[in-house]
Amino acid sequence: MANTMQFDLVSPERSLASLQVTAVQIPGAEGDMTAMPDHSPTITTLRPGILKVEAPEGTSEYLVTGGFAQINGDSLSVLAEKAIPVGEMTRAQLDELIAEARASLEAAKEQEPHSLVDDAAKLLADMEALGTHMSL
Amino acid sequence: MPSLKDLKNRIESVKSTRKITKAMQMVAAAKLRRAQDAAESARPYAEQFNAVMAGLAASVGDSESAPKLLRGTGSDQVQLLVVMTAERGLCGGFNANIAKLARAKADELRAKGKTVKILTVGKKGRDALKREYGDLFIGHIDLSEVKRIGYANAQDIAKDILTRFDEEEFDVATIFYAKFQNVVTQIPTAQQIIPASFEDVEAETGGAVYDYEPGEERILADLLPRGVATQIFSALLENGASEQGARMSAMDNATRNAGEMIDKLTIQFNRSRQAVITNELIEIISGAEAL
Repeated sequence: MANTMQFDLVSPERSLASLQVTAVQIPGAEGDMTAMPDHSPTITTLRPGILKVEAPEGTSEYLVTGGFAQINGDSLSVLAEKAIPVGEMTRAQLDELIAEARASLEAAKEQEPHSLVDDAAKLLADMEALGTHMSL
Repeated sequence: MPSLKDLKNRIESVKSTRKITKAMQMVAAAKLRRAQDAAESARPYAEQFNAVMAGLAASVGDSESAPKLLRGTGSDQVQLLVVMTAERGLCGGFNANIAKLARAKADELRAKGKTVKILTVGKKGRDALKREYGDLFIGHIDLSEVKRIGYANAQDIAKDILTRFDEEEFDVATIFYAKFQNVVTQIPTAQQIIPASFEDVEAETGGAVYDYEPGEERILADLLPRGVATQIFSALLENGASEQGARMSAMDNATRNAGEMIDKLTIQFNRSRQAVITNELIEIISGAEAL
């Protein structure tokens, strides 16, 4: 069994990371999951959260705001709408994201359909939890 | 016959035009490199995204419950044309070519009795189509303030289009932009974005059967709007590179033409100078002989 797999993190604007990793913790839409080599093929959407990458050279963390992950047995691609290395994240940036999420909640409320409101509310809650989690 | 002074002035003015076009060409070359880099680094995302979408779309198929963005509204009566052009001119046939393609499509659709609506991105396309199709415009997106096109710009455009789709303003949306081939060739392209089509994308299944979390259709419903944004984003980037490429070759031509014109004017200038001198000599000699 291989003990590393290819990991790619790409955002629409550029490719952020491409390396061999041992495990990646993914903030999936229905709960966190950790992908390791030989994981069964899965496609999951992401919720705003922290992506933890464990490579033989050390671990790194990225903040992702949504998108999806495609897991194959020997490779993992994360396509994130927005991905920022945690080290570069500032309170101001998070506030901006939260403000955006709040705006979309307000917009959804006006348009009624309940699933939309719930989705937007969840997005906001996730976004706020992120701040607590990172102790900013 | 222009006087010597007139010729001199004209040579000076063509010289300064050449300086300007030369500078514009060099600026375009620098911008082109940046635009190409941006297009390059956006490619992996778009490719992977489309591959996954194609796989998903194939597995959900035409089932009744498939999202509208994929299946369409069941009609193609109202067509939205999103014409994406540059904010500035002086880039050869770039804007004109895109506008021409859009015009041909609009005429074709109208001949078939469809309703055509036009959304323009970029000032030049709006100006080019305003006279003929001004009454079909339903909106305009201004990017003249944007220095560097980001994903956020594409998201805004996508949001605008999706809102209109939700309000059932149109059935089919097509984007028009120029695909960047190389500095001299940019291909005006029409691409249908709603309902999403993945005909030219190879589904990447690799034989693997994926688990979907949450369900396939939920994922698809989540991804399709993002797909629209992604397609618009890559079109914007292609357009950016094409614009600079077109401007670069247009300005290169202009610089060369200015050079030729200067040569021609200089020859004319020298000839008339000589003629003046000869004339003066004849006058002096004939004056001396008369004495």
